[in-house]
Amino acid sequence: MSRVHDMGGRYGDGAVVPEPQDAPPFAVDWHRKALALTLAAGGLGAWNIDTSRHARECLAPKDYARFSYYEKWLAALADLLVAKGLVTRAELAAGRADPAPLHARAFRAEAVGAALARRVPYARPGPAPRFAVGDRVRTRLPARNAFVAGGHTRLPSYAAGQTGTVVLVHGPHVLPDTNAHGLGENPEPLYTVAFAATDLWGAAEGPGDEVTLDLWQSYLEAP
Amino acid sequence: MPHDDPDHPHSLLPSDPALRVKALETILTAKGLVDPAALDAILETYEEKVGPHLGARVVARAWSDSAFRDRLLADATAAVAELGISGRQGEHVVAVENTPETHNMVVCTLCSCYPWPLLGIPPAWYKSDAYRARAVREPRKVLAEFGVALPEGQSVRVWDSTAEVRYLVVPMRPEGSEGLDEAALAALVTRDSMIGTGLPERPA
Repeated sequence: MSRVHDMGGRYGDGAVVPEPQDAPPFAVDWHRKALALTLAAGGLGAWNIDTSRHARECLAPKDYARFSYYEKWLAALADLLVAKGLVTRAELAAGRADPAPLHARAFRAEAVGAALARRVPYARPGPAPRFAVGDRVRTRLPARNAFVAGGHTRLPSYAAGQTGTVVLVHGPHVLPDTNAHGLGENPEPLYTVAFAATDLWGAAEGPGDEVTLDLWQSYLEAP
Repeated sequence: MPHDDPDHPHSLLPSDPALRVKALETILTAKGLVDPAALDAILETYEEKVGPHLGARVVARAWSDSAFRDRLLADATAAVAELGISGRQGEHVVAVENTPETHNMVVCTLCSCYPWPLLGIPPAWYKSDAYRARAVREPRKVLAEFGVALPEGQSVRVWDSTAEVRYLVVPMRPEGSEGLDEAALAALVTRDSMIGTGLPERPA
């Protein structure tokens, strides 16, 4: 495991506790504000979705483990705002800032409805796929970002070095491994690959059980 | 950006999360980086407009219209757009249909990716460490915690959402639902049945 967020297959987390299906979307009021602030600040366009995911992954393991979901969002938001020069450490420490007019790129109320209802696709023109449905492929081992040490990647450790079968071919998508780090979108063919649970875990809970993952072409090789 | 800042700026904020939100809101609105009215507009979208009732419409349509079902399974991104469903985190949609042979279940082990335009804001359990860690290794034990036991002979396929593809589970139409119209069918489709941790309700 390279980072604390990469927890698929981990033991020791205890039972899943479902809340009622009709529970309100936010359990407490500050969750509402945390979500709204994060989306509104994201609307500035100073970072992309991969950068924001990486900011959450870069929380110290002890913080990641003790923070609730929206606390992770808030912490990553504060870190990104400072990293991008939008907010200073002094302002965070003081809890205040000098007044300024609305930023030219601020996400405006009248634009919100249409912007959230719009799709922002991650498919791009790009290379033809090397693999087809039914092909066997083996994933990179270890799971790692090949461009930046400790960088963002979407190959979980539990699926590294495993052989599976392509079940869907999606066409080229933005590569998170570069996009998270300002290294460009670098679109690559994306595949959904199915792995036998017996291969991933040594023993499956039930016969025929599988796990699928969405994986970019550079994560894969012919076995 | 430099990652692994040894001195995370977020630690400068108050430790109480409610105060942390308040401090960030104060700073961002003072600096003009966030329009306060935009916060209300964002919440209006996710509290009043978007929710699992939208995904339920898709499933009910698939149950009652076999041509739509075929289009949904072939290209869900286009099929849900037919019903006017669109938005962030629903750019690339794949619908996966439960059958007597296969039960589908969706997770995001690396974060908490979820089809927001179809199901709304993800429930707390979906974002929990326990679900993220365990759904891939022991889905049947997790299903038992939701009160779901699969019949013998049905295998589980867990979809770990590691890219920008969002999965919608199309549960099997419940017995006794023959003759129900789409609205009545949609009322049987629970949120959890579209994530794969639940089954649809049976008609009364």
